[in-house]
Amino acid sequence: MHALDTDILWRWGDSFVILNKTILFTWIVMAVLAVGSLIITWRLSSGPRMDRWQNLLEIVVSFLRREIRQVSRQDPDPYLPFVGTLFLFIAASALLDLVPYFSSPAGSVMTTAALAVCVFFAVPVFGIARGGVATYLKNYIRPSVFMLPFNIIGEVSRTLALAVRLFGNVMSGALVVGILLSIVPFLAPAVMQFMGLVFGMIQAYIFSVLAMVYISSGIQARETQQQKARQRARKAELKQQAPSPPRQRRGILSRDEIDKPPSSPLRKQRGTPSRDDVHERDPSHEKGSTND
Amino acid sequence: MTDQALIGMVSIIMGGLTIAIGSIGPALGEARALAEALGAIARQPDEAGTITRTLFVGMAMVESTAIYCFVIAIILIFTNPFWDFVTTAGAGN
Repeated sequence: MHALDTDILWRWGDSFVILNKTILFTWIVMAVLAVGSLIITWRLSSGPRMDRWQNLLEIVVSFLRREIRQVSRQDPDPYLPFVGTLFLFIAASALLDLVPYFSSPAGSVMTTAALAVCVFFAVPVFGIARGGVATYLKNYIRPSVFMLPFNIIGEVSRTLALAVRLFGNVMSGALVVGILLSIVPFLAPAVMQFMGLVFGMIQAYIFSVLAMVYISSGIQARETQQQKARQRARKAELKQQAPSPPRQRRGILSRDEIDKPPSSPLRKQRGTPSRDDVHERDPSHEKGSTND
Repeated sequence: MTDQALIGMVSIIMGGLTIAIGSIGPALGEARALAEALGAIARQPDEAGTITRTLFVGMAMVESTAIYCFVIAIILIFTNPFWDFVTTAGAGN
């Protein structure tokens, strides 16, 4: 087992203020990220001619925004700083793993546990920021009150899983390279390092996507409820506006069914292109019925 | 047989068994997920991006059980608490 945590570089007296390799490498990754982005954003151009590094950053940021939007189905801006930082930190530490004498700080369970605890606290923070304390806490008794302990257990265990998954993947990669170095010193470790690059990127992606999934799951229950309420309101509105007798209803339905043969009742209520059509036609039908 | 030898032997055997048995289930599950995802992509190539992302996330979920077993095996072999306890107790005597 490689010794990220036990390699103590500096110790302040006998106290617990120690500087081990994990902290040092974390600082190095932070410095690389911060100084690198400061240098790149020193001179930004909004025209078509831009620095290649600015191009790189734009690709990264737009990739993150697109992924967050697709995972959460919401505006990515509130989540980009947190989730993007998680992704960039893990990805940068996996990339810097190629540098000699540097090993990814994610190979220590302390780093991954810290990241997972950040996610653990980010879920209620984002949930409360969006919907208030009461609606967030109501998530815990969502299907019924009996699910309360299971929801709490799930909250804790998924945090543990998040930490151990990243730690296990990064540490196993480093361990395999170390074992290969002692068996086949040439070429094979290089191939494994290359594999480690790929797996590091995938792990960074998975960690940030899972963080986003957890955060949006703390919000989305409320969103779907709102959608349902909106749908119900629209249905009531439709009924009020057009209390059409069953004869006309049947006629409209058959028109709809010509468009879409296996149409479910939900789809009819949703905003299909033919809905406005039906809406506009309803009063005329009513007029026809009064004439009858 | 001394306590130390017994603990060492059982730890190594259980470490091997843990990773051996614990990797069977996730391997089968991931293979099934991959096969289904390939079939889905073949049927709907337009949705390849969504399917691939969901596949990665799902595979990470499935894989986490294997990773738990791996971490347990690593703990048993490299930083076994019982082994440490016995060795320090032996040194104390």
